[in-house]
Amino acid sequence: MRRIISILLENEAGALCRVAGLFSARAYNIESLTVAPTEDPSVSRLTLVTGGSDEIIEQITKQLNKLVDVIKLMDLSESQHIERELMLVKVSAAGTAREELKRLVDIFRGRIIDVTNTIYVIELTGTSEKLDAFVNGLDRKLIVEVVRSGVSGIARGEKSLRI
Amino acid sequence: MLEVTEKFRGAEIFVRCLKDEGVDYIFGYPGGAVLHIYDALYKQDAVKHILVRHEQGATHAADGYARATGRPGVVLVTSGPGVTNTITGIATAYMDSIPLVVFTGQVPTHLIGNDAFQEVDAIGITRPCVKHNFLVENVNDLASVIKKAFYIATTGRPGPVVVDIPKDVTADLAEYHYPETVEMRSYKPVTKGHPGQIKKAVALILAAKRAMIYTGGGIVLDNAAGELIEFTRHLGYPITNTLMGLGAYPGTDPQFIGMLGMHGTYEANMAMHHCDVLIAIGARFDDRVTGDLKHFCPEAKIVHIDVDPSSIAKNVPVAVPIVGGAGSVLRDLIKALHESGAKPDQGVLAAWWGQIKEWQSVDCLRYDRTTEVIKPQYVIEQLYELSGGDAYITSDVGQHQMWAAQFYKFDQPRRWINSGGLGTMGFGLPAALGVQVAFPDHLVACITGEASLVMCIQELSTCLQYGLPIKIINLNNRYMGMVRQWQEFFYDRRYSHSYMDALPDFIKLAESFGHVGMRIEKTGSVRPALKEALGMKERLVLMDFITDQTENVYPMIAAGKGHHEMHLSPERELA
Repeated sequence: MRRIISILLENEAGALCRVAGLFSARAYNIESLTVAPTEDPSVSRLTLVTGGSDEIIEQITKQLNKLVDVIKLMDLSESQHIERELMLVKVSAAGTAREELKRLVDIFRGRIIDVTNTIYVIELTGTSEKLDAFVNGLDRKLIVEVVRSGVSGIARGEKSLRI
Repeated sequence: MLEVTEKFRGAEIFVRCLKDEGVDYIFGYPGGAVLHIYDALYKQDAVKHILVRHEQGATHAADGYARATGRPGVVLVTSGPGVTNTITGIATAYMDSIPLVVFTGQVPTHLIGNDAFQEVDAIGITRPCVKHNFLVENVNDLASVIKKAFYIATTGRPGPVVVDIPKDVTADLAEYHYPETVEMRSYKPVTKGHPGQIKKAVALILAAKRAMIYTGGGIVLDNAAGELIEFTRHLGYPITNTLMGLGAYPGTDPQFIGMLGMHGTYEANMAMHHCDVLIAIGARFDDRVTGDLKHFCPEAKIVHIDVDPSSIAKNVPVAVPIVGGAGSVLRDLIKALHESGAKPDQGVLAAWWGQIKEWQSVDCLRYDRTTEVIKPQYVIEQLYELSGGDAYITSDVGQHQMWAAQFYKFDQPRRWINSGGLGTMGFGLPAALGVQVAFPDHLVACITGEASLVMCIQELSTCLQYGLPIKIINLNNRYMGMVRQWQEFFYDRRYSHSYMDALPDFIKLAESFGHVGMRIEKTGSVRPALKEALGMKERLVLMDFITDQTENVYPMIAAGKGHHEMHLSPERELA
């Protein structure tokens, strides 16, 4: 089952390697991983999407907690949460395709953020599913590049992950 | 008021930190990146340095020192090959949760990443086999990093910590202040067990009809042998120890029914298979212990006590998990048992012991005592008798290790020193060196085989330099015995590269290093030779016992089988 794990990590050199190394050493799967400093520059927040049985997820969270650089973590998928992913797509946009692309972007509530005679760069935010749906809705031949940020997530309501 | 603050070079700060940490010995090997530190070591005598002959030997020696004393082992090596040579030793300590602090030299900060001479990414290369590691980028951080390294290595589930120190940091100046305490928001090991879980465990433990206590290295590491003895005697339940846990409960006590696992006793494994409540403390359900998980303790509800939450329910589902230090949780359990006033049903317990006695009557460790050719088991039995069971025993890895575990009855913790998790051949001699440094007047014996022994044989030189009178018991069967045994059983006797041809003359080898060598070829000579060797209190004696080449370790559970599927030797196979 797909899980989103949020981790507060000491913002130290090599801390990210410890997390990534743990996953490869123990043959756990990483679907996506994003990391950036928080409002406190000494702390990074890392969001990791992984999968596995309940037993494997339990081991993953225990092993992550064991890393000395990990301050705290939360399995967001255990409760109500919001997840978002940012995607930038560069598409060939010439002739009649331009109008059709514009419509598709509007349907998905995306934005065209760069335009030339032949190119659109589209920005789209949403769940990973929504981004998948958008990419699937595009004419494959038109896609030049796809960049995805990986998932960021946060718990709904009062529940929070903080020090 | 004018405040005068003295500044010291990083190298001096380093040595002062070790002194303030109470480090008496470090094991190391000099090189370019650590020359400032070696110069600082030269100018003092509080911290004594043992010069090994290979950095792997330094890590194993520090590891042996740590296992025997309970204090962290300290290693100092140079950059590049100095670091890579320590990897086997660090991984060995990591697998067995041994507290080591390994200081590695690094090229100067401005050269890091430049493929400089003797540069290696020490942090990257050690990361998967350390509890934590640090690169010291500024001399002002040096003391606090060293304090943290010792704190992390020795608390919670212990383990090795690497501190990588660039050469310029050891030359830079800073004020010296060694922190007294450490506070880390990201590292707070749990020691005390949850009271609710303790209560649940007591109820389950007292209701057991066929209980079994199974303990591992965690008892030894937490110095909880006293608590374990009190707990076990109070209940009257049978107890087994893992390979790492031997000595935590007295091996000669009637409640002890032997080691469990692949080469454990028949009675211990059968009792595991048939128990209804399993009390696991400081053990991690390793595959060599459990055998096939599908058949593991099929009737048992499991109480699992461990300081490392990730060890709990990793391999086996657990009814009552308790995260906490073995000693602390055992004290709480003992208190709760006393408060409850209840005792296990004595009639039911007697019936369980009746069953165990029946399994014990199989006498699973019996071997042929009539041969003229030396049986390895006999050598260990004789060593046990002549040493009064009071020696520090280190071992390497293979058949001799299993025989040592089966036939030397350890009554005290920290006397049995072996590489259980990683299974590192070459561990025994340098580990013995470290133990003998810690206990110069005590008998330290290294039970080894000719294949393992030569892997770190260079440390004989270190033993001469520091006058370490280790007794090396070389069970020489001219084979990598355990490999040969598996090839005999599972590869139709195709002995692929397991025969040790062109062995050295071990007598001459010992003599060339300035030690005493002996060769013993007949059963009748074993005891007198051992007596003679143990009498040489000032000398290292390498005893080369020419043993039966075809002897196998029994009993045995083949890989992937259950505890109830044990084999005895072929002539006495169970129905």
